[in-house]
Amino acid sequence: MQTNITASSYKELEQKSKVTNMLLRWFLYFVLILFASYFIFPLYVMVVTSLKTMEEIRQGTLLTWPSALNFESWAVAWGGRGYGAGDTFLKPYFWNSIKMVIPAVFFSTFIGAITGYVLTKWRFKGDQWIFLFLLFGCFIPFQAILLPMARTLGVLGISNSILGLVVVHTVYGIPFTTLFFRNYYVSIPTELVKAARIDGAGFFKIFFKILLPISAPIIVVTVIWQFTQIWNDFLFGSTFSFGEAAPIQVALNNMVLSSTSVKEYNVDMASAIIAGIPTLIVYVLAGKYFIRGLTSGAVKG
Amino acid sequence: MKTLRIEDLSKNFGTTEVLKKINLEIDEGNFLVLLGPSGCGKSTLLNIIAGLETINEGNVYIDDYNVSKVEPKDRNIAMVFQSYALYPSMNVKENMIFGLKQAKASKEKIKEQLKKVSSFLKVDELLNRKPSQLSGGQRQRVAIGRALVREPRIFLFDEPLSNLDAKLRVEMRREIKKLHQTLKTTVVYVTHDQTEAMSLGTKIAIMNQGVIQQNDTPEIIYNKPSSTFVADFIGSPSMNLIKGKIIKKSDQFSFVVEDSNSTQIPINNYNFDNKIELDSKEVYFGIRPEHIYYKKSNENDFEIKLKAELSEYIGNEQIITFNYSDQEILAKFPSTVKIEINKEMNLYFDLSQISLFDKNSKKRI
Repeated sequence: MQTNITASSYKELEQKSKVTNMLLRWFLYFVLILFASYFIFPLYVMVVTSLKTMEEIRQGTLLTWPSALNFESWAVAWGGRGYGAGDTFLKPYFWNSIKMVIPAVFFSTFIGAITGYVLTKWRFKGDQWIFLFLLFGCFIPFQAILLPMARTLGVLGISNSILGLVVVHTVYGIPFTTLFFRNYYVSIPTELVKAARIDGAGFFKIFFKILLPISAPIIVVTVIWQFTQIWNDFLFGSTFSFGEAAPIQVALNNMVLSSTSVKEYNVDMASAIIAGIPTLIVYVLAGKYFIRGLTSGAVKG
Repeated sequence: MKTLRIEDLSKNFGTTEVLKKINLEIDEGNFLVLLGPSGCGKSTLLNIIAGLETINEGNVYIDDYNVSKVEPKDRNIAMVFQSYALYPSMNVKENMIFGLKQAKASKEKIKEQLKKVSSFLKVDELLNRKPSQLSGGQRQRVAIGRALVREPRIFLFDEPLSNLDAKLRVEMRREIKKLHQTLKTTVVYVTHDQTEAMSLGTKIAIMNQGVIQQNDTPEIIYNKPSSTFVADFIGSPSMNLIKGKIIKKSDQFSFVVEDSNSTQIPINNYNFDNKIELDSKEVYFGIRPEHIYYKKSNENDFEIKLKAELSEYIGNEQIITFNYSDQEILAKFPSTVKIEINKEMNLYFDLSQISLFDKNSKKRI
């Protein structure tokens, strides 16, 4: 088809494409705002509800703005009402979770780093089989190992303790942390290790002096991943601990589900937010490394 | 006493034989280049000398001392790698003294060595920089510096110039040559680049499929290749290998492509390594493109009329493809000579420069 584009028809076309572009742009914004509100809506309801009194909650709707900033429910969620029996509040369980998450993240990351280092830089016969079995660990549904693990913890004498949870989380973190570190170290030239061996450095010296100092991106990724997994875990926590040794997610569940009296939505919401804050902090502090580190290992590995 | 001696060395990865009964000796102060196509085992051999790979059979001796089971750090060697392998988290100074620190050298000794080497290699301005802040050439220099600081008996180089661009590669090649002339330390150098091998080595060992094909000076390797593999591998374009056989006519030996009716190239003056039964032996007639002339230069040159089929211009020279009884023959002329394609012209083979190979064993005869 032969068309002669004259100056005027050219202008017309230009005008037309301008309009189409504008419409498309508006449509794009509309969709983006729609999805953004869809995601922000639950958080909005939680924050707003946690700041209301029970009176306000009963009278208003979900979306109504609180009449005043009222942090009382937060105080109750964190520290309780101060009377004895049946008063569940988050503070002790929050520290339980901290005591669990810090050593578990540390050990699983460290062991994953060493394992990844060995699997890439000190290859041995059958190492790919070991890696394969470790990968299975990533795909095993955790429900499947609850009973054997409970038995193991019992034999070790650390069931219903923070230490027991640290062990469980460390063990089940290793497949993931190993995968992360292996993929990262694969992209680092093995010649570095050879050079260091000729220079007289040994296994651990090479790891601590040469490889670990350049592992920051992947350490950040692993720490974020492990922290989120362990902090948010409910299954292991509820299975292997109860009462005073429970981590925060279990306590949150107990608080919200087993209250005998009136449902205090404002306290429930405040508790849920408190339980989510630490992961949020970790993401904000280290988030930009997350994507960077995740892709740097993935692309080259 | 040999600085380095390798005895019946074999190495296999699983069922793949990488090195087969390698024997090699290097005298003090020599520059040995291990040259070969990728996968020939040259890097594995270097890693074995360094102690970074284990040995399946055979032994490695440094100064007559069997080091086959000695740790890399105790072998008195230093190595420069293709990727430079500078420690990314340390600055230049820390990189260079890392080895001495591991060996627990005294502070004075470290300081003295660092000063000597860094001024020698002109990297004293860079001592506080991280490897990522250096250019390719500077990184290479620091990597060499890290090796020099240790004052080793043997330097091992593993394709150290392959990551540099063409211009820098020529510069660094000259620097390595100067370095060797100044220090006179024994060097083992791995490369797949024949120009590098020829210009640097005092000895070249050409390897293929885990076997050393020829180990000799660059001149002998170029002029008297021991097999068709070496003849083909060295030189650009490589040596013409013309299929044919030897015939004997009234005590005169000559080379013919098909039978006695075709052109006979006299080979009576050829220096045979061993005079075996030559009559009607099937051979390759080898002649380098630069030994085919477009005009007669001495009276022993053999004159032949061939048809030019293809011309490749490469600046100072041109490579012309001729047809010789349906076999391609390449000749290298200065680009100032006017060659007409698809026309026959007179060529002159320099018979003092030819090589003959047995067609079956591919060995020089």
